Amino acid sequence: MSEQIALTGNEALALAMKQINPDVVAAYPITPQTEVVQLFSQFVADGVVDTEFVTVESEHSAMSATVGASAGGARAMTATSANGLALMWEIVYIAASTRLPIVMPVVNRALSGPINIHCDHSDAMGARDSGWLQLFGENAQAAYDNVIQALRIAEHRDVMLPVMVNMDGFIISHAVENIKPLADQDIRDFIGEYQPAYSLLDPDQTTTYGPLDLQDFYFEHKRQQVDGLEHALEVVLDIGREFYQLTGRDYGYFEKYRLDDAEIALIGLASTMGTAREAVNNLRKEGIKAGLINLRLFRPFPVQALREALQDIKVLGVMDRADTFSLNGGPLFGEIRNTLFDFGNKLKIVNYIYGLGGRDINLSDLEGIFRQLLEVKENGKVKQLVNYYGVRE
Amino acid sequence: MKGMFEIRWHGRGGQGSKTASILLAKIAAASGNYVQAFPEYGPERMGAPVLAYTRINNHPIHLHCQIEEPDLVVVLDPTLIGAVDVTANLSKGGDLIINSEKEPGQLKDTLGTGDDIKLFTVDANQISEEEIGRVFPNTPMLGAINKVINWLELTRFTELAGEELKRKFSGKAEVVFGNLRAIERAYQEVKGL
Repeated sequence: MSEQIALTGNEALALAMKQINPDVVAAYPITPQTEVVQLFSQFVADGVVDTEFVTVESEHSAMSATVGASAGGARAMTATSANGLALMWEIVYIAASTRLPIVMPVVNRALSGPINIHCDHSDAMGARDSGWLQLFGENAQAAYDNVIQALRIAEHRDVMLPVMVNMDGFIISHAVENIKPLADQDIRDFIGEYQPAYSLLDPDQTTTYGPLDLQDFYFEHKRQQVDGLEHALEVVLDIGREFYQLTGRDYGYFEKYRLDDAEIALIGLASTMGTAREAVNNLRKEGIKAGLINLRLFRPFPVQALREALQDIKVLGVMDRADTFSLNGGPLFGEIRNTLFDFGNKLKIVNYIYGLGGRDINLSDLEGIFRQLLEVKENGKVKQLVNYYGVRE
Repeated sequence: MKGMFEIRWHGRGGQGSKTASILLAKIAAASGNYVQAFPEYGPERMGAPVLAYTRINNHPIHLHCQIEEPDLVVVLDPTLIGAVDVTANLSKGGDLIINSEKEPGQLKDTLGTGDDIKLFTVDANQISEEEIGRVFPNTPMLGAINKVINWLELTRFTELAGEELKRKFSGKAEVVFGNLRAIERAYQEVKGL
């Protein structure tokens, strides 16, 4: 294993892609992902990777070329953000339904409009029903580690689905932090030589991709996608254990922090949960039994594991960095209530929609949210189910 | 660094606040610390007030938010004083280093700072002009910071800074040496100690 170095989140992602050395990368630059593509194209120009780099004129073409390359038996990757992901939309669904093991870092940014380049999760949440797996990570290290594991998860014969690796735009992508990269050889050994299950270009095993699929089979194919995601629940843990053997870094469905005896807890995604960890530490010093769940796997949603993890919690705050505009809470809130509705525990749940368009959420904010949860625990009442935290009204 | 140390950088677009925030973090990382460095990205324009942050800790850093109460504020451009509240939320007992040819005492009244904030000045414009050949106040400020917070041995600091500068200015030895001389001079010349 190599030394600790200081890199931006984008540099860490580009490094992971360099070490993976994919057969094909087709990508279009967009803030805040730009640096990933820029650095990677430099690796191609310098000849330090063997990748065929396809410069395209849009993200729709980026995903189309990635789909074509993957169907042709190549290990294919791309990366995007926000409006770029939105422009890929049509082909994002096709990548999943064609069962192509593509890995795509998404550097999370608010979808327009109004136009904004900063972090929220509206881009990823828009793609939550596309059939991709979705991993989230707190920092550059998690994004780097997730990309490497995502490759194994995607390519696993029981899964065969694309994986989106989410990393917070600017907060992580443009911040320098310490990371411990793996040695090139360790990554090569971990991901192995790519052996595609099928290839459009294999004359001995002819296959058809993207045919018309009407009332008689479409539904069965959709059901098979669900099977792939069900298998992914096991595969994510298996690959996580293998990665732990290699690095000592532990990845499962989520991280539980000081949750065992906790009465109040927060659940959320990505960089905010790091700040929340410090909030937990501060409240614990006051004797308040606070804890948190830092969710890594959003698609598929780890229902059973979350039920077990939350069984003794009295009040749960659900942190959403995106809205659904349902007037019924954010996307994670919907999943959590759905998970716990008929589980029979008396858990009270409060939703916080926060940080849209990159609005900062700091340690005092998160401590304040925990104190609100404590108030709910003490008087047994949820005053406001869905809260827009940190907005001027 | 023992425990968390947080720095806020005030500058104007083009002066290198972001570069300095990252250089300092990389020096700190190379000396075995955990770090974070990040600018506050707004509508970037040459000359507009900008902010950047550096966190240094000997333990892993979990916070992913702007710095609420910095231990040190560094001002790369004296014309920001009055235009921007550079002392906002500066911790009690915190340090303020300003790029200025004035004595700290001369700025104390303008800033309205009390005795709970320690004020330092260094003429980073002049130093950089003489050593690098143009006004680039960001690297000399690194030397002033190292002195003010009484952090690394000067030779150790310039050795680590040199490694980073070599990477940054790949091969341009004169630029690297100019920056290193500027760092050393600012270390010696910072006023208010």
